[in-house]
Amino acid sequence: MSSKTEDIEIGLLLEAIYRKYHYDFRGYAMASIKRRLNQAREHFDCRSLSLLQDRVLHDETILPGILSFLTVQVSELFRDPDYFRTIREQVVPHLKTYPSLKVWVAGCSAGEEVYSLAILFREEGLEERTLFYGTDINPEALKKAEAGVYELERIPLFTENHRRSGGKSSLSDYYTAAYGAARLDPTLRRHVVFSDHSLVSDAVFAEVQLVSCRNVLIYFDRDLQDRAVGLFKDSLTRKGFLGLGSKETLRFSRHAENFAEFVPGERIYQKLGAG
Amino acid sequence: MTRTAKGEAIVIGASAGALDALSVLLPALPKGYPLPVLVVVHLPPDKDSIMADLLRSKSRVDVREAEDKEPITPGTVYLAPPDYHLLVEADRRLSLSSEEPVLYSRPSIDVLFESAADVYGPALIGVVLTGASSDGARGLRAVARGGGVALVQRPDQALAPVMPKSALDLCPGARALSLEEIAAYFLEAVPRV
Repeated sequence: MSSKTEDIEIGLLLEAIYRKYHYDFRGYAMASIKRRLNQAREHFDCRSLSLLQDRVLHDETILPGILSFLTVQVSELFRDPDYFRTIREQVVPHLKTYPSLKVWVAGCSAGEEVYSLAILFREEGLEERTLFYGTDINPEALKKAEAGVYELERIPLFTENHRRSGGKSSLSDYYTAAYGAARLDPTLRRHVVFSDHSLVSDAVFAEVQLVSCRNVLIYFDRDLQDRAVGLFKDSLTRKGFLGLGSKETLRFSRHAENFAEFVPGERIYQKLGAG
Repeated sequence: MTRTAKGEAIVIGASAGALDALSVLLPALPKGYPLPVLVVVHLPPDKDSIMADLLRSKSRVDVREAEDKEPITPGTVYLAPPDYHLLVEADRRLSLSSEEPVLYSRPSIDVLFESAADVYGPALIGVVLTGASSDGARGLRAVARGGGVALVQRPDQALAPVMPKSALDLCPGARALSLEEIAAYFLEAVPRV
């Protein structure tokens, strides 16, 4: 099969998913999408992506399965501990000057990063004045985020991450273990709203002091990255903070001049005053 | 395969023994070398890699870690960052992904090679070096199927022969060369101006 044919099929399949279900992956970075669509094709036992398109259009029960291939859900509590340590040591002192705070975790998947920040803010005495928004396009992921239940076997990694992030308490204070699962303390959800929101098609919904969007932009092409960063820029208050994944950069972004590198090594940016 | 194809890009995969092998190959590239070189080395996920710094200090071409959506420029060696897959987009930019590991590896050689084969087709040179994994075999086959040049380090000369041997098994048309021969091939593979 020539890759030209496959490129046509990918374009048509993404168009079909968009027109039928309003999930828009057309502006995603195609190299990775191509891989994952082919994984889905094999999983659903289709000989070609055209046949997968037929399934997508005529069998609505396939949608959650397709979405789980198209949205990457790899995260941990306190993933990249140095990032959280930097938030704690360099961003929190600024946040403490605000009487009330809003934090947006964009592309929150199953909620790991939202809960990490909720724990960190509790340790730093900021939780009571903060509202956290965790948004994602995948309803299954949002359900998991709401539940706040993670496999017990992941807890040692989470615990080590939390310790390395400069955690001031023990992670075991925040979960109860039962039946092979760790259930996070439900009171961590008191200041959290999980919600469906698409960086592709939805608008700004709140004014926030911190946006954390890590390892989400890498799946977007440059136009879509510009759109998403534009939303972050418009959501952030003056001098608000934007945290990206450790290998993501605003260097190639249309909005680069609206941000200053606050902690370059950890990809934490600060929105500039004017504009 | 006797003719030397005129390449547009080189992809290299290496695992155990990578630093020694790359320390032969990359310093052989002259300043101003016109092809980009994309490299996946298996590294522990939680470490900031000093691999790029080490190799840069020995090389006349620029060696650095790849950034997401960075345009691929000739004469530059891009290393996949630890814990991210490295891919090539159709507009000749690099992209990163934190999808699941493939064959326990992230970055994965297969992921880089397959996406690069898709973009560069016959103008791609793929090289599987030393390693104790079977990563790279499928990727090298994709390079060959796209009409590109498939090379492996001679397994009998590799510190860890499993990886080049697995690649040869899956891709019997690949040429097994010494590191010096691979370096010489890189110099021949440049387009004449």
